[in-house]
Amino acid sequence: MNAPLIWIGLPIALAIILSLISRPRLSARVGGILALALAALAWLVPIDDVLSIGAISIKITSVFQFLGRQLVLGASSRSILIVFYGLSGLWFLGAHAAGVSRRLVPAGMAITALLVGALAVKPFLYAALFIETAVLLSAPILIPPRQPAGRGVIRFVAYQTLAMPFILFAGWLLAGVETSPSDLILAKQSAALLGLGFAFLLAIFPLSTWMPMLAEDAPPYIFGFLQWILPTTSLIFGLGFIDRYAWLRQSDLLPQVLRMAGFLMLVTGGLWAAFEKRLERILAYTSITETGCALLALSLGADKTQIVFLLFIPRSFGLAVWTLGLSIVKDQVKSLDFAAIQGLARRYPLASGAILVAQFSASGVPLLAGFPPRYALWDALAQISPNMAFWFGLGLLGLFLSAIRSLTALVISEKLTYWQLQEDWPQRILLGIGIVVLFLLGLLPQMIYPLLNTFPLMFEHLGG
Amino acid sequence: MTAFLAWLALALLTITSAGIILSRNWRWTLALLAILYVGVFISVRFYWPPGMAAVKLITGWMATTILGMTQLGIASHPEPVEETLPQGFPFRLLMTALIGVAVTAAAPSLSGLIPGIGLVESAASLLLIGLGLLYLGITSQPLQATIGLLVALAGFEILYAAVEGSILVAGLLAVVNLGLALTGAYILLAGESRQNA
Repeated sequence: MNAPLIWIGLPIALAIILSLISRPRLSARVGGILALALAALAWLVPIDDVLSIGAISIKITSVFQFLGRQLVLGASSRSILIVFYGLSGLWFLGAHAAGVSRRLVPAGMAITALLVGALAVKPFLYAALFIETAVLLSAPILIPPRQPAGRGVIRFVAYQTLAMPFILFAGWLLAGVETSPSDLILAKQSAALLGLGFAFLLAIFPLSTWMPMLAEDAPPYIFGFLQWILPTTSLIFGLGFIDRYAWLRQSDLLPQVLRMAGFLMLVTGGLWAAFEKRLERILAYTSITETGCALLALSLGADKTQIVFLLFIPRSFGLAVWTLGLSIVKDQVKSLDFAAIQGLARRYPLASGAILVAQFSASGVPLLAGFPPRYALWDALAQISPNMAFWFGLGLLGLFLSAIRSLTALVISEKLTYWQLQEDWPQRILLGIGIVVLFLLGLLPQMIYPLLNTFPLMFEHLGG
Repeated sequence: MTAFLAWLALALLTITSAGIILSRNWRWTLALLAILYVGVFISVRFYWPPGMAAVKLITGWMATTILGMTQLGIASHPEPVEETLPQGFPFRLLMTALIGVAVTAAAPSLSGLIPGIGLVESAASLLLIGLGLLYLGITSQPLQATIGLLVALAGFEILYAAVEGSILVAGLLAVVNLGLALTGAYILLAGESRQNA
């Protein structure tokens, strides 16, 4: 038995089988249960240790040789496997309620497997190729059925593709820097290429123009899934670079660059969200600010990487709840413009409530899932400089204002409409659970700490 | 002989990539793209064994075929019309010439940076990257954007072949090229399916 075969090869095979299931409800259930089973397996079964069940002894080895290179999923990767497959399973279970199960589930399973492959491949810089393959696989599911592809999809593919050459070439230059650390010019060149590659990959301002365009074109639930899993993988990949190269880790310039990019994304995303009038574009701007927060957390140094990991799970739940609500609402109106959605909360209170709770969570409102990581980050930034705390607060204020404006638009109505629940039962159950989880993660953030504490084990020098 | 082949490849890549930028007919563009991959094969052949270098040629031709078959299957082929971007023939010719000048200036630095890569190959690689990005920059049409990305990637692949000879990388880059062509084809057909509906 081999870990990369179980958590990379098997899900790709399962994705092919899932694509043959024609019933959407069955596809969502089977895909969700299989992904959760893979997460449970990662939780229960040790890697590189003998597991004895009665007379049977099983040992799952961590290394798989593949075309002259290695895929390695050791014991330290178990938390990643649990988070990736566990959360993907939950996304798949909600896919039918969002009306996208046949598109999302098979491709989503393959994308998750490829992104796990990206984190498993050695040398790790080849991850760029796996991420690119996942991006190419995700492009077709972003185009709604029987509709032409919008500019957002084309730009998404182009920008993500351009990231790969920069990162691969920077990786080669970084190896040169390792052998001759005194060569400052080479170090600067490699850092510039690496920065450009990650700017494309993480849609760092101003390379984030495709995000609002894509949010308008694509089915919201699929957009949300990709906005969770792609940046999360890219951030872990980026952490790999910081962990691997001591000169990068010890550089004085890196925190400054990360901070500048993070603040640009947080403040511009927050302010644009505050003035935006379309719900799906607000989602895109919020997603930009989430990445900005992650970059700010990265800028705090190797001993504060826990905050980066703390952002991952609330981001996934927030996006899932938000985009599920948005998918339900989008089916009922011609556009998601504030003028078109007026009074919708009276007919779809749970879907509207889910959108609003997720928005407030992203803006760091206390008692919600987004609050604990944002509070930790805000506190750490304030200790460095009050100015930074001000800009952070300004970004979050923009998001909060956009949530208030969305609330007003969804609730206000010129016509007298009585409150009613028009969501179907599966939608009500999923939205209800989602909202409760967002509150639970805000009230009891320690629930996810055991999982997060094991994340830094993936790295040698990060995590304190 | 090696120097002759290197210059031949550069000439081939210059003519085909410039032709792709200047041509407005998709059939010519795809024919030039197919020939471009012959130049890529010759350039990569200096660093990789023939079998591995042939992967680039075959993948490139497969990608071209995918795009060509898709384009043939589409009922109407309107000429790309874009109001916001400058893209007349003189503009494209001027930009191509400018990139040529920039490549001539930058190629010696690049060949100095990467040990083992020749001046001609670095020029070929930079030219493809520059013209691919230019093509990508002046269009938002799916076919042209896909071709632009393929050309830019081909340029990068020449450069990367000089420093990396891994079979896994060759295989994954082939997957990326084919994936790009398939994605481009899907995007082209997605627009078409509504017209037919």
